[in-house]
Amino acid sequence: MPAETAVSDSTTAATNAVTLTKGRAANEVSGLDALETAPQRDKGRLGLRIWASAWPKLLALAIVIGIWEAAYLAEWRPSYLLPPPTEVFPQLWDLITTADFWNGIRLTMTRAITGFSLAVAIGTVLGAAVSRFAPLRAAIGSLITGLQTMPSIMWFPLAILLFQLGEKAILFVVVIGAAPSVANGLISGIDYVPRTWLRVGQVMGMSGLAKYRHLILPASLPSFVSGLKQGWAFSWRSLMAGELLVMVPGAVSIGVRMQNARDLTDSGLVISYIMVVLVIGILIDQLFNFADNALRKRWGLTGN
Amino acid sequence: MSILETTGVRTDAVVRIENVSKTYGSGSNALLALDRVSLDVEKGEFVCLLGASGCGKSTLLSLVAGLDQISSGTLEIGGRKVALMFQEAALFPWLSVTGNVELPLRLQGLGKAERRKRAEELLEVVRLNGFADKRPHELSGGMRQRVALARALAQNADVLLMDEPFGALDAMTRDILHDELERIWREQNLTVLFVTHNVREAVRLGDRVILLSSRPGRVIEDFPIQHARPRRIDSPEVSGQAAEITDRLRAEVARHAS
Repeated sequence: MPAETAVSDSTTAATNAVTLTKGRAANEVSGLDALETAPQRDKGRLGLRIWASAWPKLLALAIVIGIWEAAYLAEWRPSYLLPPPTEVFPQLWDLITTADFWNGIRLTMTRAITGFSLAVAIGTVLGAAVSRFAPLRAAIGSLITGLQTMPSIMWFPLAILLFQLGEKAILFVVVIGAAPSVANGLISGIDYVPRTWLRVGQVMGMSGLAKYRHLILPASLPSFVSGLKQGWAFSWRSLMAGELLVMVPGAVSIGVRMQNARDLTDSGLVISYIMVVLVIGILIDQLFNFADNALRKRWGLTGN
Repeated sequence: MSILETTGVRTDAVVRIENVSKTYGSGSNALLALDRVSLDVEKGEFVCLLGASGCGKSTLLSLVAGLDQISSGTLEIGGRKVALMFQEAALFPWLSVTGNVELPLRLQGLGKAERRKRAEELLEVVRLNGFADKRPHELSGGMRQRVALARALAQNADVLLMDEPFGALDAMTRDILHDELERIWREQNLTVLFVTHNVREAVRLGDRVILLSSRPGRVIEDFPIQHARPRRIDSPEVSGQAAEITDRLRAEVARHAS
């Protein structure tokens, strides 16, 4: 009888031990890994966060307007050349509440989007080709980087000779200004795909198109987005230069309106257009930043 | 030289490595990484390659994986498929955990529903069910290696090649993953070729421990490990055998240093 008890005891103990080992792995892993995994960050209150990021900007804006007002009060320039903020802001408001102004915006943005899209298409094809074919890289790799440093306004004389004073001249310069950045973003993205990822892909049997679709293109995405952002900045600058230099008859773009305002010595209107162009630039830059940040967050590239 | 040469050809070897040498570079810069290495891995076997750094154990793994070409000798895997794991999990950050596991299935041409189901099963195998929709960066190092293991299993490979897969983990996590790997190896009837420089780890896991010398890499000795499983890394048997192998390794390192 005692012997039997001993046997059954040891069986129970063994069963317990098995259960323990089975349970142990799962429990301990969650315990240890819970320590190691990134904690959920406290989001904080929305209003507070908006205020925290907004007040430095508002302060900076107030300082700029203050300097402007001070320059006006000090009569640094005659008031018809440098009107005060109190005159310009109402003028800006009157401007942006006209349908005609929005026609100008529509024309300019259509040009910007057309030019940028074309630059993205050309830059992507160019970047993919350069990263794929070594002789092509040797031939034009450094040329692409060189083109990026070229001030786009330098292209206009040639563009005007080639395409006359027309939409095509502007488009040409916008594309040639932005495409190298897009191409470079893609090239460096592809160049810096980590070696272990490539090895993993190779062992998985990826080759040809599948390798691009499932590995190279997604892996180079962050760098590509940076290239797009820079490309946009270049195309926007090129476009503004183009609209001031190349006046297409009948197309009353933002640049043309600004030039007209200068011809009429309407400083208030010129300043208003400067602010409009600045705001558009900032808004679109924010759009790219938003995409970039979302991507980084998704990938875990942001430091905790 | 190698005791394997005298044992003759094994009939059911999954990986057959005969007199394989690997040289990098050429001329006076030539570096002999592997020198006439012979090694057979049988189906279902767990073989550990052990050696100091520079012994070419990772090179050997790359050769078996087909990532690199051998310089001379013969290497046969009989058209079998291999999967590879590294010290880093090398998961793709643009995919969720399940996306990473599903990728090899996708490349195999499996349908969406089928992929999801299989990935779910595999995550169950590595005990990560419930983490399917997480991103790799949200996981700990140990959990990431579990995902990498699930992804390797998804490749339906005949041979699993592991290059110091637990080298970057803390001792506790590593210990748990040893248990898990041993369990999965048995359940899934895997054949494993496992590279490490940790003697105890090799003895803890391997059916055989192949000791390699450094510069160039040669097989010094093939230790069969016969202790009953499951083993513990701190058991007297594992420690004793590890000490024996360490002595052999030391002698080898000393011979090179002099």
